[in-house]
Amino acid sequence: MALDPVVLFFVFGLLAGLLKSELKLPPALYETLSIMLLLAIGLHGGVELAEQASAQLLGQAGLVLVLGVVLPLIAFVLLRGLRFDRINAAAVAAHYGSVSAGTFAVVVAFMASSGIDYESYMPLFVAILEIPAILVGIMLAKGISRDTNWKELGREIFLGKSIMLLLGGLVIGAIAGKENIKPLEPLYTSMFKPVLAFFLLEMGLIASGQLGALKQFGLRLLSFALLMPLLGALIGALLARFMGLSLGGTAMLATLAASASYIAVPAALRLALPEANPSLSLTASLGITFPFNILIGIPLYLALAEQLIAWGF
Amino acid sequence: MPAHSRTLLTVICEASLEKKLVADLEQLGSPGWTITDARGSGHHGARNADWGTEGNIRVEIICARELAERIVVHLQERYYDNYAMVCYLSQVEVLRPERF
Repeated sequence: MALDPVVLFFVFGLLAGLLKSELKLPPALYETLSIMLLLAIGLHGGVELAEQASAQLLGQAGLVLVLGVVLPLIAFVLLRGLRFDRINAAAVAAHYGSVSAGTFAVVVAFMASSGIDYESYMPLFVAILEIPAILVGIMLAKGISRDTNWKELGREIFLGKSIMLLLGGLVIGAIAGKENIKPLEPLYTSMFKPVLAFFLLEMGLIASGQLGALKQFGLRLLSFALLMPLLGALIGALLARFMGLSLGGTAMLATLAASASYIAVPAALRLALPEANPSLSLTASLGITFPFNILIGIPLYLALAEQLIAWGF
Repeated sequence: MPAHSRTLLTVICEASLEKKLVADLEQLGSPGWTITDARGSGHHGARNADWGTEGNIRVEIICARELAERIVVHLQERYYDNYAMVCYLSQVEVLRPERF
């Protein structure tokens, strides 16, 4: 299958960065683009959510929350097996238990261009999955220790930028409803892909910078950063089948479980777990796992979802 | 021109510390401060501000010598172990001493 042009923008950014090109987008543009993407994703989810809210959704949300607790635990065991020390293993595990909204935006675009439907309340799951892994990671590192400032941490986590934007969009979309949101619709229809393309160009440039640090950490980190998304995708897809999600929904939950955070978690952990080496986590999630998911992972997870359904799961 | 000497404390550190640092300065009674974004390279490698958590800030505080030393001791105890941080003191002359 031909690569989606938005993915080519990512490859372009990656190559430009690796060639040490002068190309650099202003940091404020990256901020703007990510705000637009998150709001658009939230709005779209909110509009649809208002149309099809159900009690079943509550149960599904609970299961997704459990997924957010289980994923970092698995990542932690895997990292300890690869002989990472406890603090760093816990920090990296927190990144991999949480999700990447950028990856989610790409899978949304991928589903749209493949013409595959999915449960429209998926953005809600993105918000739910962001949180628990951070708490699990901190507890894995320090236990429930008294020197963690939980109040400050709570503010950092629950009022973080991406969660606020997603939830804000969801609520506005749900209140406005399909008719009133019409003038804003281009945000998640015709404008979505152009914005995503610029966003991925910048992500390519950033990822190339992180790749440079890989030499420092070597094969152990590389193997974890490639193994964990595959394992996460499998667990996410199986859970989605258990929840009775559609083909598109299964592939999306698999992608979410495979993705690793590079915004919310690094910021929270830098303050809550300063002993951990931040560039270890960023190199893995931004330098390896994000490109892997964008270039190879998403089509693979869709194939996985198709296979599971064909087997009657 | 009547000039009065005060101490300029400059702190260069990770941008992620900004909120905590401002809270500390308020608590220690600093009369004011100026924060700017910064980038550079040092013991912790290049910090080129390409990514949120990789940015640096430079905090400048003009105050009495005694307070500057108290702030430095506090920062050293709290942050030197785990964060990228540099502090230095220098003497400056100010025009309105009552403000510092």
